[in-house]
Amino acid sequence: MSETKALESMIGEEYKYGFTTDVEYEDFPKGLNEDIVRLISEKKDEPEWMTEFRLKAYRSWLEMEEPSWFNATYEKPKFDTLQYYSAPKNKPKLDSLDDVDPKIRETYEKLGIPLDEQKMLAGVAVDAVFDSVSIFTTFKEKLAEAGVIFCSISEAVKNHPDLVKKYMGSVVPVRDNFYAALNSAVFSDGSFCYVPKDTICPMELSTYFRINNMNSGQFERTLIIAEENSHVSYLEGCTAPMYDEHQLHAAVVELVALDNAEIKYSTIQNWYSGDEDGKGGIYNFVTKRGACRGKNSKISWTQLETGSAVTLKYPSVILQGDNSVGEFFSVAVTNKRQQADTGTKMIHIGKNTKSTIISKGISAGNSNNSYRGEVKISKKADNARNYSQCDSMLIGQTCGAHTFPYIESANPTGKIEHEATTSRVGEDQIFYLQQRGISEDDAISLIVNGFCKEVLKELPMEFAVEANKLLGIKLEGSVG
Amino acid sequence: MLELKDLHAEVEGEGIEILKGVNLTITKGEIHAIMGPNGSGKSTLAKVVAGHPQYEVTKGDILFNGESILEMDPDERAHAGIFLAFQYPVEVPGVTNTTLLRESYNTIAASRGREELDPLEFDDYIREKLDLVEMNPEFLERSVNAGFSGGEKKRNEIFQMAVLQPSLSLLDETDSGLDIDALRVVSDGINKLHGEDDGVVLITHYQRLLNYIIPDHVHVMIAGRIVKSGGKELALELEEKGYDWLESLATVNGEAK
Ligand SMILES: Nc1ncnc2c1ncn2[C@@H]1O[C@H](COP(=O)(O)OP(=O)(O)OP(=O)(O)O)[C@@H](O)[C@H]1O
Ligand SMILES: [Mg+2]
Repeated sequence: MSETKALESMIGEEYKYGFTTDVEYEDFPKGLNEDIVRLISEKKDEPEWMTEFRLKAYRSWLEMEEPSWFNATYEKPKFDTLQYYSAPKNKPKLDSLDDVDPKIRETYEKLGIPLDEQKMLAGVAVDAVFDSVSIFTTFKEKLAEAGVIFCSISEAVKNHPDLVKKYMGSVVPVRDNFYAALNSAVFSDGSFCYVPKDTICPMELSTYFRINNMNSGQFERTLIIAEENSHVSYLEGCTAPMYDEHQLHAAVVELVALDNAEIKYSTIQNWYSGDEDGKGGIYNFVTKRGACRGKNSKISWTQLETGSAVTLKYPSVILQGDNSVGEFFSVAVTNKRQQADTGTKMIHIGKNTKSTIISKGISAGNSNNSYRGEVKISKKADNARNYSQCDSMLIGQTCGAHTFPYIESANPTGKIEHEATTSRVGEDQIFYLQQRGISEDDAISLIVNGFCKEVLKELPMEFAVEANKLLGIKLEGSVG
Repeated sequence: MLELKDLHAEVEGEGIEILKGVNLTITKGEIHAIMGPNGSGKSTLAKVVAGHPQYEVTKGDILFNGESILEMDPDERAHAGIFLAFQYPVEVPGVTNTTLLRESYNTIAASRGREELDPLEFDDYIREKLDLVEMNPEFLERSVNAGFSGGEKKRNEIFQMAVLQPSLSLLDETDSGLDIDALRVVSDGINKLHGEDDGVVLITHYQRLLNYIIPDHVHVMIAGRIVKSGGKELALELEEKGYDWLESLATVNGEAK
């Protein structure tokens, strides 16, 4: 079998999360205008200030242009035919697992995420978001004992309005960019987490996002606040059914770390990526940003991006506090016709701030994978340091990898180091491993896992195995 | 154990014929040496036996223990007991020697119904093998061949052979690149590994290797064919006379080499 043929057969692995759950949805009109924004707010029983926040965002959005500076081409979403809110008819009460629609529960079981606390991975609390609404949050009581608030953002708006008012939009302003503005206007649900002073969150927190409804966009909103001397680790996982049409996912995630606080945010993104010909798949246009507001604070983004038809995503850190630390560890895998333009921004403002960027891009099939990173050292950021390493791996002859590093330094004491490599998984490497008795698929898995090792080890232990498997499945049949 | 019958092979998709009718029989317990000028097809022969996808067998057959292996993937051939020590061992960054070898050992063990070893047992097992080729244990945790010197790569190949215990070992210019002491150590290792149940094929340019590992048969390959076979004295004759005097044998049936 020739190199390319072997590669292609590996690419053909089926997406196993592509099933649809047959639930009844509440009716909701399509398209977007002020009335729709009000209606969303009303459905969610929101206070006046929240409605105003949304309307302001909507008005900003109207004036904004859809961006097009990235390295990806796709058919623009049809904003006037999208459905901006989608909730299952049997709306769960969110208090007891017994109230969750059995079909939805089944969906999560199928995805390997039991909501039943007894069956949960030890020490991981889960918030499950199905289309637009948070379905159920596990381990609430145990977390409450520690003083940690972990709930859906809708609940937080009602129960912790002061916190939400203070922090929402403070890291990603409403007008930040086109998709952030859209999200701010129509966000449906998402997770909220507040870790009080001097608290180490007693377990991993995680949210599983699931888009089910074909015509709905998913606009979730996540807000995590770590008070002084606190520590939290959070993981999100994402899957969606297979549809021929593209679905839009435009999330906003904001993180705030105060003095000596640490937030570790991990993502395993496996949205449906479309078929061989690029039909269907999720548009993943996400704004993620963390603010290291306090001294000695630290924010780490770790992401394993394997899904979506198009991904535009740059989890960033604003290093305001002196001695604060920002990290970005990323593995982005593209296959078939997927396009990913992803990277990070590290904005150094405080003194002695430090950032590390490790990005591993793997492209196979006819995909296109770009790293785009910006390191900015502002005038006052004395002794700021950045280390960036961007490695690309190509599998086969028909994919592309690109690196776009931007560096801007306004302080002569800053130190920036950038390294980049590109390698190709060759037929000879695979033959060598096969000669040692290892199957072709396992050979690719070994090579790719070896390539990403530095990043994968940053994922929470509980998810490391899952991540390894996902990488293997994603690249099965893709040797080149 | 290995029987090549009128084996013809070309570069897949390019129609360049490299092996032009190789006949060779290796019985277990034997050591064969294959010599021949650069570009005559020795490495290609080894790779074709191991199943490299770049080459297509257009005619003839490869029998291993009496059965054709032409349809088998390279990993299946490895499971069957075929081992190739590469002339140019490949670097696999990020995958440590131990990871690769444990994976290999256990996959092969599973396919042959042997017991798999857990990481601790495996560690004990490979340490013995390290001694056999006098390899420094720190190589275990290094990425496969990455940044190894030429000689270190060759030694590592024989170390892998020691761990995997194949029944047929094709050693492609393992001696090239080894210093004098290393050559002796590695040769001793190969001699210790070789027994009456396995076969060894040494591809080499140098008769010196054959002082350490005494072959039962020596073959000369020229232009994709084995043109002459003999005992170990043939190697001495080649050392003295070169290949010129054999060139005419490379033309068969009026077809130019
Ligand atoms: N993939 C390939 N594409 C084109 N030509 C090839 C390919 N593989 C081998 N060849 C050619 O086939 C011939 C035999 O190569 P091979 O590597 O088998 O020689 P060798 O006898 O091992 O030589 P050496 O003693 O230098 O190692 C050479 O002329 C080589 O260039
Ligand atoms: Mg050779």
